[in-house]
Amino acid sequence: MTASLTLGPVLFNWPVDRWRDFYARIADEAPVDTVIVGEIVCFKRAPFFAEAMGEVIERLSSAGKTVWLASPILVGSERERSAMRELVAADAGLADGGLVEANDMGALALLAGRPHAIGPTINVYNEATLAWMAERGAVSVSLPAELPAATVAALAKAGRELGVDVEVQAWGRAPLAISARCYHARAHGLHKDGCQFVCGNDPDGMPVTTMDGQPFLTVNGTQTMSHGCLCLTSELPALVEMGVSRFRLSPQAMDMVRVAEGFRAVLDGRRDGAEVAAELGGLIDAPLVNGFYHDTAGALRVA
Amino acid sequence: MDNFELICPAGTPAALRAAVDAGADAVYLGFRDETNARNFPGLNFTRQDVADAVDYAHARKVEVYVAINTYPQAGNLGPWQKAVDDAARLKVDAVILADPGLLAYAAKRHPDLRLHLSVQASAANVEAIRLYRDAFGVRRVVLPRVLTVPEIAKLNAEIDVETEVFVFGGLCPMAEGRCSLSSYATGLSPNKQGVCSPATHVRYEQRGGALASTLGGFTINVFGEGEQAGYPTLCKGRFVAGGAPAYLFEEPTSLNAMDLLPELKAAGVHALKIEGRQRGKAYIGAVVRAYREALDSFAAGRPVPHIDLQAMVEGGTQTTGAYTRAWR
Repeated sequence: MTASLTLGPVLFNWPVDRWRDFYARIADEAPVDTVIVGEIVCFKRAPFFAEAMGEVIERLSSAGKTVWLASPILVGSERERSAMRELVAADAGLADGGLVEANDMGALALLAGRPHAIGPTINVYNEATLAWMAERGAVSVSLPAELPAATVAALAKAGRELGVDVEVQAWGRAPLAISARCYHARAHGLHKDGCQFVCGNDPDGMPVTTMDGQPFLTVNGTQTMSHGCLCLTSELPALVEMGVSRFRLSPQAMDMVRVAEGFRAVLDGRRDGAEVAAELGGLIDAPLVNGFYHDTAGALRVA
Repeated sequence: MDNFELICPAGTPAALRAAVDAGADAVYLGFRDETNARNFPGLNFTRQDVADAVDYAHARKVEVYVAINTYPQAGNLGPWQKAVDDAARLKVDAVILADPGLLAYAAKRHPDLRLHLSVQASAANVEAIRLYRDAFGVRRVVLPRVLTVPEIAKLNAEIDVETEVFVFGGLCPMAEGRCSLSSYATGLSPNKQGVCSPATHVRYEQRGGALASTLGGFTINVFGEGEQAGYPTLCKGRFVAGGAPAYLFEEPTSLNAMDLLPELKAAGVHALKIEGRQRGKAYIGAVVRAYREALDSFAAGRPVPHIDLQAMVEGGTQTTGAYTRAWR
């Protein structure tokens, strides 16, 4: 099977040293092809990573990884617009193959005229929209997590015809919603403006359970994610067969090198998907789920 | 002063007539299928219903918009394209779309059909709105409920596309059009099937003296004796995040921006939208009448009367939602 592995942006508010060390290890050890970097959830966090960003990009590029920059998911305020514009301009500094991944339609507007990638929080649900994106210079599209297999297949086929790579998230908590309101702050009785960066307390996101104590969702600042961790190791052969050419591994606070190795091994035909799922499932305190792909509730795991 | 346009929901032909009679400037509706984001049993319009609606509304100088605002399914674009074609044929005044592929289709096939950008497109900034205007000729954008009034003012100062904002009814705390919460719990989503927290996956369970409301097997809320049970809209539920159960995302409250008319006018907003295609004709009549009176007073320079809509609001409480910074 030929397909490449993408490491999605770190979505959580990790201390910058942890973040830097994480990328050093990825550079040295992880069998991923593309690494996407950027603070896409909350502009308030961006200054923490600004200084280390250049060094991280350099380290990854020297190790042979293709580096992309990701633009913010929700852009409404002036500060967020500035952050978006700055990021889109920053790709001039990237090495060959470097691109900006747009996560909001505003970034897409700014990227007109140059090759770019489409992130999973932009709604590409059908081949007509995919074609429109391709016409405008999209070279790769990462699909929304909620799309079922039949839709992925139709889009992968259309992507092949258009010369656009189609990517599916195959590991990590699924982003489910974004808001102007910060739920981390709210859960701590704080307002977003005086948030004290409490999101930094939860490197894997803050667990949200139902009143019955059933784990349900995960809060990451303004973003709401699944509790379950997407895992499509068993579905990789079918996805590759459909024409999906890239798989996104979304970083969790765990050994992502091992995750990448597991996925690479399945793609190379060296290991069985179920076996890798069992191994990786033991490394994270969350159930593995694949319901979206199987056209049912995302929280479910279908054998 | 130019009045705001008042855009009112019509889930059924009866509700449409109630809205028109109560003073709407425009009504918005959906066809009876998954092409719109209120795809619930018992709601929405056949093609003939729309033809009748257009006759009724136009005779009273009221416009009709058709919402075709879900995301067409890959390999099955037909129903959405047909919805656009039929809306054009029925001579509605505008269609409200979200999907770029469908916008491209509408712009190409029906160049005279007015295109409004749905809240489902999540276009919250100048760059995004200009993109839709330049690419498809979008004439109006319904703003997602993520911007404060000052942010809306800044935005209007930089664009020539008309803006429409929600002023009353249920509100999404999440950016609209990019929410998979229902999909995670049930497999059905606003973007794919046009549903949020679908009734097909709702169960109420008696637990001793308490009543639990569940969605897709997840308990969304538990009501004690004497507590009024609400519908388990996922983001309006009570959850536990490190403390006592609380309305983590949003209380079951209603948006009511009637007190913000001067600010919204100063911010350059063109049209005010009432949410409520799932509401009955009595509700629609009462809310539209109230807003009609408020708008007419405001336009005439009279003080906006305090109209008590308490009986109409969800959960018995009201909020100005994201329009004020304090909501974040």
